[in-house]
Amino acid sequence: MTYNLSRRVVLGVYAVLVIVPLVVVIFGSFKTSQDLFASPFTPPTDWQGGNYSKVVKDSGLGVAFRNSVIVTGLSVPLTLFVASLASYGIARTTGWKSALLFGFIVLGMAVPAQANMIPQYVQFETFGLTNSLLGLVLINIVVTLPIAVFILTGFLKTLPKELFEAAAVDGSGPWRTYRSVVVPVSVPSLSATAIFLFVIHWNDLLYPLLFINEADKRTIPVALLSFQGEFLTDYPLLFTGVVVASAPIVIAYVFLQRYFVAGITAGAVKG
Amino acid sequence: MSTTLTSERPPEAPTGPEPERPDGRRNPMAAHPALWLFPVPALVLYITFFVIPTIQGVVYSVTDWDGFSPTAQFVGVDNFVKIFTGDDLFRNALGNNLKFMLVVVVFQTVFSLALAVFLTKNSKSSVALRSVFFFPTILSSVSVAFIWKFVYDPNFGLVNSVLGAVGLDRFQSAFLGNDGQAIYWVALTQVWFHVGQMMIIFIAGLQQIPQELYESAQTDGASRWQQFRHVTLPMVAPATAVVMAYTTVQSFKAFDLILGLGGNPPKGSLDILSTRIYSGFANSQFGYAAAESLVFMALIAAITWIQRRAVKASSPDA
Repeated sequence: MTYNLSRRVVLGVYAVLVIVPLVVVIFGSFKTSQDLFASPFTPPTDWQGGNYSKVVKDSGLGVAFRNSVIVTGLSVPLTLFVASLASYGIARTTGWKSALLFGFIVLGMAVPAQANMIPQYVQFETFGLTNSLLGLVLINIVVTLPIAVFILTGFLKTLPKELFEAAAVDGSGPWRTYRSVVVPVSVPSLSATAIFLFVIHWNDLLYPLLFINEADKRTIPVALLSFQGEFLTDYPLLFTGVVVASAPIVIAYVFLQRYFVAGITAGAVKG
Repeated sequence: MSTTLTSERPPEAPTGPEPERPDGRRNPMAAHPALWLFPVPALVLYITFFVIPTIQGVVYSVTDWDGFSPTAQFVGVDNFVKIFTGDDLFRNALGNNLKFMLVVVVFQTVFSLALAVFLTKNSKSSVALRSVFFFPTILSSVSVAFIWKFVYDPNFGLVNSVLGAVGLDRFQSAFLGNDGQAIYWVALTQVWFHVGQMMIIFIAGLQQIPQELYESAQTDGASRWQQFRHVTLPMVAPATAVVMAYTTVQSFKAFDLILGLGGNPPKGSLDILSTRIYSGFANSQFGYAAAESLVFMALIAAITWIQRRAVKASSPDA
């Protein structure tokens, strides 16, 4: 069968194209430059952690890692909280005002970061929010609100009305309904959105590059980018940085794969 | 088939609220007045830190503000005139960006559809391969850039090593060092980065195609290729539209990947619009960069719009 043959060839070749560079990176992070250049594809002859201690201590990636944990750790739940409140309000009200509200917030998805980053920088500087991890948290919330509201409102609208009516009949006000009905039944969509936000916030380069110029406030992607100049073509060190920077997301991916696929795809399908 | 396009609403789920009950009776619990308070925190943040800066961007764009002077000159449309007529750097970045976009949209759409077609069924091996192909999407652009810096390294890189080892030295290249080709090599990196994500969107679309269509095509004696051409392709058009639109926008946002592979600021052969705007900002040309960013936004909107028209025109069923 030509179909089965072409299927195997295409999938096989692409699997090699994805897996091989990743394996080279992991192996390479334990090698010296010489070893890497001599035999990039083979496992290291002895697994030395020297690159790791160098990267974490000397290059400040350890501090950056801590900063990224703080920024992402605050940005994701706060974005979810603010967005889910808004989505609940929008999903449970009707009429043109509700539709307008939704449209107004979701319109933000069409505005590229480059269109407002300069005034945002000026604004954040005026408020003393540049060179501040809190400033990064705030900008993360603001720029991901539109898409989070879009995803969560879409989900909440699929919930049966009876669910809310039953809560109201039981004498539950909107706030209690939010806490004891909306949040519990939304766990799957909240998780998917959380993963989506986690990936964006953890990997974001633009805003920390824009807002941060003190070395001890840098987040992981900015610190990693600065390797480029520092270590130029010391690939084992670059690779070690890549492994450290990606570790939290990769670990999460292994355990929460379903949510990753659902979240990142929901984020993509917004057209 | 143009009649189907005129009066019908798109078949997607309605976004606006529907009239709840045909008899006009309102459920008093349906919209508790306090529900209108729930969007307030989001609105306050969004208006203060997103909407107002966007409007300010428009104001900056007609000035020559440098970012730190207390005052700025009103220059009218001068910035825009310069962008369109006298700015070689902008024109270069625009050209690079369009080349980049074209390669990414074509390759990413074709590859992700091919992978999706082969992985539509939910067998164990398909599910496993899907998660492998999806994996690069979760990495940061800077990480992906560093991986591919080594792949493309002219002296020690993976591609040149492999080519050398199998005796194909004549295909060895300087890759990113070759100014004529550099942007295309970065485009292929972008495809590697996001093809898995688009594959998942295609799989979702493919799984919704009713199996009976293939069965009846088979009884009619249609070959695999004919089934793909006449059943799969038209039926998957809505997903194709989503993938192409998203990929287009993504290729204008490839800022991080360019900085990772091309340095900060990137060399001319790798400068795209988003990096150009950032450089303008870094060089304290706030007014001018703001004007560039408006042109940038309009360009993305225009391309997305044209694309949608094209997809609609070419697939009457969608």
